[in-house]
Amino acid sequence: MSFFDLNGTLKPLTALKQFGKKPHTISYPKESKEAADRYRGLHFNDLDECIGCGNCSTICQNAAIDMIHIEGHDGKKGDSGLRPRVDNGRCCWCALCVEVCPTGSLSLTKDYLYVSEDPDSFLWTPGKDNPEGKEQISFFSTEETSLNVLDRVPMPELEGKERVKSFAEVVLGYNEAEARAEASRCISCGLCTEVCPEHMHIPEYINAIAAGNDADAVRIIYDNNPLPEMCGKVCTRRCEDVCAIASRGEALAIRWLKRYATETAVTADITREIVNPEIREANGKTVGIIGAGPSGLTAAYYLALRGYDVTIYESSAKAGGATMYGIPKYRLPIESLDKQIDYIKSIGVKINFNTKVGKDISFKEIYNKFDAVFMGVGFPDAWSLGVDGEDAKGSMQAFRYLYMINSGDKVDIGDKVIVVGGGNVAIDAARVSRRFGADVTILYRRRVEDMPADWEEIEGAEDEGVHIIPQGIPIKVHKDENGHVKSVEYLKAEMVPDPKGGRPKPVAIEGSNTIIEATAVMAAIGQMGDYSFLEKEFEDKIKIERGRFIVNEKQQTGDPKVFAGGDAVNRTADAISAIADGFRACKAIDEMLSA
Amino acid sequence: MREKATTLYIGPQHPGITGNMMVKVQVEGDTIVKARTEVGYLHRAFEKLQESRNWLQSFTLLCRFCVPEPDPVEESYARAVELLEGREVPERAKYIRVLMLELARMASYMLWYGGQNGSLGLYTMGQWSVGDRNYILDLFEELTGGRVYHMYIWPGGVRRDLPDGFADKVLRTMDYLEKRLKDYDDLMFENTIFQKRTQGVGIISKEKAVEWGVVGPVLRGCGIKSDIRIDDPYEVYDKLDFIVPTQEGGDIWARALVRRQEIRQSIRIIRQVIEKMPSGEFYNRIPNPHKWTLPKGDAYARTEATRGEVGMYIVSDGSTHPRRTHFRGAAYVHGITLLEDLLIGENVADISAIMNSLGTCPPEIER
Ligand SMILES: Cc1cc2nc3c(=O)[nH]c(=O)nc-3n(C[C@H](O)[C@H](O)[C@H](O)COP(=O)(O)OP(=O)(O)OC[C@H]3O[C@@H](n4cnc5c(N)ncnc54)[C@H](O)[C@@H]3O)c2cc1C
Ligand code: SF4
Ligand code: SF4
Repeated sequence: MSFFDLNGTLKPLTALKQFGKKPHTISYPKESKEAADRYRGLHFNDLDECIGCGNCSTICQNAAIDMIHIEGHDGKKGDSGLRPRVDNGRCCWCALCVEVCPTGSLSLTKDYLYVSEDPDSFLWTPGKDNPEGKEQISFFSTEETSLNVLDRVPMPELEGKERVKSFAEVVLGYNEAEARAEASRCISCGLCTEVCPEHMHIPEYINAIAAGNDADAVRIIYDNNPLPEMCGKVCTRRCEDVCAIASRGEALAIRWLKRYATETAVTADITREIVNPEIREANGKTVGIIGAGPSGLTAAYYLALRGYDVTIYESSAKAGGATMYGIPKYRLPIESLDKQIDYIKSIGVKINFNTKVGKDISFKEIYNKFDAVFMGVGFPDAWSLGVDGEDAKGSMQAFRYLYMINSGDKVDIGDKVIVVGGGNVAIDAARVSRRFGADVTILYRRRVEDMPADWEEIEGAEDEGVHIIPQGIPIKVHKDENGHVKSVEYLKAEMVPDPKGGRPKPVAIEGSNTIIEATAVMAAIGQMGDYSFLEKEFEDKIKIERGRFIVNEKQQTGDPKVFAGGDAVNRTADAISAIADGFRACKAIDEMLSA
Repeated sequence: MREKATTLYIGPQHPGITGNMMVKVQVEGDTIVKARTEVGYLHRAFEKLQESRNWLQSFTLLCRFCVPEPDPVEESYARAVELLEGREVPERAKYIRVLMLELARMASYMLWYGGQNGSLGLYTMGQWSVGDRNYILDLFEELTGGRVYHMYIWPGGVRRDLPDGFADKVLRTMDYLEKRLKDYDDLMFENTIFQKRTQGVGIISKEKAVEWGVVGPVLRGCGIKSDIRIDDPYEVYDKLDFIVPTQEGGDIWARALVRRQEIRQSIRIIRQVIEKMPSGEFYNRIPNPHKWTLPKGDAYARTEATRGEVGMYIVSDGSTHPRRTHFRGAAYVHGITLLEDLLIGENVADISAIMNSLGTCPPEIER
């Protein structure tokens, strides 16, 4: 081979034909390149949309995100008040943070240039430090691309037609696979824990369920709730309202998961075995508790665990308070409640049933007998409608009605029941009446969407054939010749906006009188307390205002020895708030008596 | 008279080295008599890091194994995970993956054009091919949001569907690049300097290639037809029509020709992919990544990268994190054991050219 090869020498020279061609690279910084529509550049966060769940920070494998407090973004329910701050010196722009952001507030932008010699300035709070980023959003997530699992595992339930035939439990519960699948949707942000009155360890027990450790879940749950199966069936579940996943999808079924876990402990004995609580040696101190409702039972259980000698006085024949005598059995079967109460008793809690304080034993006696007293007496009386003819036979309080049914008594309601009210008690009374074959109508002052009752309960009632007449204000109960309810007369109402921005008010429309036939009328417009058991001498210290005991943050009344909680104290009037009160009172009593 | 041996240190920082590593050579005159490689400058413990990242988080590390060619690593990991989990991948996603892989092959080879020629002092080629490679990076950017590191092929499919008008853009880019290959030929393969510096240099015999586990274009340059895309087809390669080019000779020249021909095949594959790609889903969504567990067991998936077979071995203890992962790339064999032997007897001026021809990738050797 000769060294000189003409072709091989000339061919490369054809490169000269490229001379003068416009290069397709750009001459930066004279020109700049517009990034693609999907470009993964610097972050932007819509600070108002963001709820501070921290999922972006958790997924970031570069530890490039920490959560910091910034002005003006706290105080909202279900918002941690924190916002992600990105260390652009660590970020690799993988956008996993974007893919897992449940609100979709976090995105990446077309902006990719940032030069500074100050390394500290690489820390950015997206949205705050680059508000203009909003115009440049390029890589974002949608419901289709989101890595959150948005759909809830459906809960198997009895069919509406089946349900009204008996008091069988409507909700059938998750099986193991369903529970694991549902639990594995959780992102463990803990926003729920914050709003749960009892601050239950929600992400922790959900994690345990997801990982297949049901027993661990039960132990975690019992750490601060001794009636968790009840909560697992009927809790008002404010936690689910703030679930981060609900920003785009369906909230985790937190309540159903708790129910699943606790139901794996099928008896009180097994519960005891699983929870295996540490019971401290008796410390010789005594606590008297009035009322075996959720608040009283909670205080009792945790005090007993701490070595106190606890006695509950309960006027009824069974424990559970309104959860026993109010909540219908198709929502909370008696066996479930009994199991939980048997377990509480197994720790050493004594309950004196059929003992009404103020009648069978005086408050003063209890006060003197015990080192501390807790009152969890609930709201045993109901409001009446205050309309003409309410004294008719067949006119009753829904609360009383439920109490009697739950006590096993028979109540004559006929075949046409009108329930007045829009809360859970109204729905319960309506659905119970359906189970006795009556045609049931709920009459409510405001719109259906204004009903304070749980939406699932409203849906359940509708499935079972309950009619709802919204915007109807009862004005009279008509009687027949025997003094029995014959019909209910009401006025239609229009919703008038509140000039102060509150919720719209129903205002009766003159002349819109309507009459519906009825064999029974039930008032379900609220309950109130009965504190007649308190002797006069306590009045100075144990104060009652607007129908409720006044307590400090430790549930302590003006008398340092006396604590109170539950419906008789808080306005939220649900079981979990009562449990939270009982738990707080237990800690305060323990603190006081062990000082 | 034998000349006195001198020790030279090439690297770890050296423009002719394909990443940070060192070759310590003893030369007599300018002939190499002994070569030792030294690595350790780029060890980032990716495999170990994966153990503390969950199955999804792990995926963002993978593109960084070997800078010029991130996608095959993503693909083999995704497929190993899918194998272990039994996760179905939508057909469309498989086509999109092949599109990515072949674009990646072309982009990687175009970078190699620059490196191979640069190692011989022929710099114009690199300016052209790296410039043209930008058109492919533009496509990547449009499809994935990233130019070099795509983090796009993940377990279950791909992250986003093709944007509107993307397929046409791909075809136009293919037409352009196909034409450019002719210009490249004039500048490179027809160039006497290139021919003289590569023919008969860095020869690997067939037997040695097999014995040492040489793979990819280096093996095919020894006349052995071997390509995972045909031998053990994955994604939709079995539905596509293409050939596996081979060359005899086992020298740098042969390896270069193989790569040159493969670019043509990639263009062919990409055109078919665009034509045949079905509509439908592009992603079979994984569960919540924080709680996503893989069944206990292990899986291995191998992919034909531009350097040859790469493979991802994953072990799961049934939890949310890999128990162990191991990545097998061509660079370890090519860049250490083979290189040390191959350099003996070669001219010291050819070290860089030989390394480039082998697809040595120090970041991949060390991971
Ligand atoms: C029909 C109905 C449905 C409900 N549904 C739900 C629901 O789905 N979810 C939810 O979270 N909450 C629900 N609630 C509310 C919930 O049951 C109560 O908020 C909760 O039971 C309050 O607990 P407590 O400990 O304050 O009192 P209570 O449960 O009211 O218990 C008070 C106890 O004290 C006893 N007692 C009172 N006075 C005396 C006395 N002088 N001497 C001795 N004992 C006395 C009572 O007999 C009673 O057992 C419902 C309530 C009703 C009425
Ligand atoms: S994941 Fe989204 S909503 Fe949650 S903190 Fe981060 S940016 Fe905010
Ligand atoms: S883009 Fe990736 S690396 Fe950057 S902050 Fe988000 S998760 Fe972390």
